[in-house]
Amino acid sequence: MEKKLPTIEIIEKYCKGCHICVEFCPTKVLEMQGFVVAVKNLEACIKCMQCELRCPDFAIKVTP
Amino acid sequence: MAFDYDKYIRPGKLPHIWCPGCGHGIVMKGLIRAMDSLNMKKEETAIVSGIGCASRLPGYMDCCTLHTAHGRAAAFATGVKMAKPEMNVILVGGDGDGTAIGGNHFIHACRRNIDMTYIIMNNYIYGMTGGQFSPCTPTGAKASTTPYGNPDPGFDIAKLAIGAGATFVARGTAYHATQIDKLIAEAIQHKGFSVVEILDDCPTTYGRRNKYRSVVEMMNRLKEVAVPVKAAEKMTAEQLEGKVLTGVLHKVEQPEYCEQYAKVLQRAQAAK
Ligand SMILES: Cc1ncc(C[n+]2csc(CCOP(=O)(O)OP(=O)(O)O)c2C)c(N)n1
Ligand code: SF4
Ligand code: SF4
Ligand code: SF4
Ligand SMILES: [Mg+2]
Repeated sequence: MEKKLPTIEIIEKYCKGCHICVEFCPTKVLEMQGFVVAVKNLEACIKCMQCELRCPDFAIKVTP
Repeated sequence: MAFDYDKYIRPGKLPHIWCPGCGHGIVMKGLIRAMDSLNMKKEETAIVSGIGCASRLPGYMDCCTLHTAHGRAAAFATGVKMAKPEMNVILVGGDGDGTAIGGNHFIHACRRNIDMTYIIMNNYIYGMTGGQFSPCTPTGAKASTTPYGNPDPGFDIAKLAIGAGATFVARGTAYHATQIDKLIAEAIQHKGFSVVEILDDCPTTYGRRNKYRSVVEMMNRLKEVAVPVKAAEKMTAEQLEGKVLTGVLHKVEQPEYCEQYAKVLQRAQAAK
């Protein structure tokens, strides 16, 4: 069975580019693109929610 | 679904003013998750602060909020609680607000055991005013007012709260985000004065003066120094050197102030 991919929404107008989500993602799903974050490798996401929990700016939402 | 923070945030208030990587936003999210887990009603919850970056938090919360004078959150909050004991009263603020100018209010709120919860965001510095040292700045650390290193030892906020009589004291960090809501929720449920210290980061005024090259380095430091109380029981004094205990550090039952005060009223009325 194919696994269901999560949806990762980035609210660019809230993101301040602090790198927290990128650095602490255990499977390196995210990357910086200029000053804001972007999804690089959605397939690798293990839906741990750590990026959403640690973002100080309410800028990243993961729907498993 | 992703967690819906918007339900406790005043419409149109985001983005907030905090700097990139400032942990205050992580703490606010923890508070919102705690409130949601306890099904707290906005109109029955008062969030009270003093002055500082941390003290800007109530402005974003769609609850009954009070942004008061520097260091005076406890005094205003006590007034709210005495007038409306049925309300949930939550105090928020920084290390400077709570342990310098507000230190006296802090210790007496602890002693009084009034049923409120105090979330203190300890970033070891006066962030808002440009990085002067606070009573929590560690020995040797640099602030704008200690450019050659701080000669003073910093306060241990949790120990201060326990010593002053708080009946629930916990500590977490901005790095350990999943723990923040649980500690706050347990503190809110505790009957009496509960204190939750969150070790926080101020990359702008503390980090850059103290050789942290990035927000991530500051987060890694929080990750490294924190030791859960349970794990600490099995560690030697040597292993615990330079570490900070996290989790619920102190919890006792004591008569609560509003209830005691109601009894005073009854006695006074009976004596007439
Ligand atoms: C009576 C008074 N004295 C001094 C100030 C200036 N002041 C504003 S915020 C602040 C310190 C805030 O530090 P902290 O509570 O640690 O909050 P942070 O900004 O670090 O989150 C000071 C000294 C003030 N606003 N009012
Ligand atoms: S949910 Fe976990 S694995 Fe997925 S992007 Fe966020 S931090 Fe990475
Ligand atoms: S943690 Fe939030 S603010 Fe920081 S880079 Fe990621 S999405 Fe942007
Ligand atoms: S100055 Fe420091 S405490 Fe204030 S918002 Fe910026 S990082 Fe946060
Ligand atoms: Mg501070």
